[in-house]
Amino acid sequence: MKTGIVSYGAYIPRTRIEPAEIGRVWGIDGEAMGKGLMVHRKSVPMPDEDTITISVQAARDMMQRTQADPEEIGAIFVGSESHPYAVKPTSTIVAEAIEAAPHLTAADYEFACKAGTAAIQTSMGLVGSGMMRYSVAIGADTSQGAPGDALEYTAAAGGAALLIGTEKERLIAVINHTYSFTTDTPDFWRREGQMYPSHGGRFTGEPAYFKHVVTAGKTLMEMADTKPEDYHHVILHQPNGKFPNRAGKQMGFTSEQLKYGLLTPEIGNTYSGAVMLGLASVLDIAKPGDRILMVAFGSGAGSDAFDLTVTDEIEKIPREKGTTVREMIDNYTLIDYATYAKYRGKIKMRE
Amino acid sequence: MGSIPRFWRENPSRYNLVGVKCDNCGRVFFPPRDICPVCHRESIGKMKRLELSGKGSVYSYTLVQDAHPQFEMLKPYILAMVEMDEGVKITSQIIDVKPEDVHIGMKVEAVMRKLGAEGNSGILHYGYKFRPVKE
Repeated sequence: MKTGIVSYGAYIPRTRIEPAEIGRVWGIDGEAMGKGLMVHRKSVPMPDEDTITISVQAARDMMQRTQADPEEIGAIFVGSESHPYAVKPTSTIVAEAIEAAPHLTAADYEFACKAGTAAIQTSMGLVGSGMMRYSVAIGADTSQGAPGDALEYTAAAGGAALLIGTEKERLIAVINHTYSFTTDTPDFWRREGQMYPSHGGRFTGEPAYFKHVVTAGKTLMEMADTKPEDYHHVILHQPNGKFPNRAGKQMGFTSEQLKYGLLTPEIGNTYSGAVMLGLASVLDIAKPGDRILMVAFGSGAGSDAFDLTVTDEIEKIPREKGTTVREMIDNYTLIDYATYAKYRGKIKMRE
Repeated sequence: MGSIPRFWRENPSRYNLVGVKCDNCGRVFFPPRDICPVCHRESIGKMKRLELSGKGSVYSYTLVQDAHPQFEMLKPYILAMVEMDEGVKITSQIIDVKPEDVHIGMKVEAVMRKLGAEGNSGILHYGYKFRPVKE
């Protein structure tokens, strides 16, 4: 049975910092760094924002756009590498906050930046098999880079939620195919109890991001029997602005196809939220018949690829009831590095 | 540890603004109460669950400069009485706005934020705060 998206929602914190300001503190030309990475500013969570609040806001945005009864949601999965609790699921709080509890299953996922898309695939299986009517897949993060590390210029916060159902529902987009490519590649990791992640520098490029994204994207197009020009919108994982542009070219896509799904230049890398926010941004402006290719990448490493077709229902759901991704991108306030350090817990406080 | 059950019990109100309406006089109360303070015994068995819409406007506000340790990172911040569309008033923080832009009558809506944490290893508390509604 065909599965797909019934509704969607998104959330991006309002605070931003610019690479030039980060570089100013560490004695680096941050502006040049930002240009090289194609990141102009990145979102920063306020001290009272975390993966739980972002997931809840995205899920509520999703529920605003649908008539679906929350009590018919059979599962909620939240993918993130920054769950506020090591033990105590984010998904339980989301379930309670959208009044889907208690008759459902819930779990938190972790796979670097692709835990949210793993949640989509699990949801497809659960609704497609008839085990439940709806399942919610959320990707959200408030990731951190070590002070002065290259990651500090990009690690941002945000998330998106998708309500997954079958063709029996009014799907706004059908998921035609999905394919995953997974290997044991140590390009980026964070050991238990460590505050900041570590990475393999240039090793994160060719053997990790590019190999997985391009292989998954090309294999998916073979499965779907499609060509690059068949897609109206392409969303690739976006650790910075540069990588998805280069991977897109390698797969035969134009920058026009990447335009609406590439948010990192304006908000930074939202990790598990990245491609899901890109998809929400595309769904904000999508028209019936639009074909979408989405490829997530998670370090460690793996890629989940999706081939979607937008249906006539996209014009019928009240998209305006939620906040558009563009509105959230444009509504921001800048902070300096000292405020950023305070907000992100980088200042050692008295107990 | 003593506050875990207390907070947990209040989660429906903190997450989803669940209050009550007195079916005798029509007044709305938040947080929920078992007896209407106006109708007293006539309200017994008539206090009905009511989920507030989350929409309201600033009734009055103040700028907090000397904050409780839980809010140290957020100061200075706006603490307001928000008059909900249902008529009941709720005291809460106003977020995502410069203090100088807050005014009486400003339309606001509830969002979920972290309210606090019990130390570095204790439970986290979540609930409503209010942000301006997009005009």
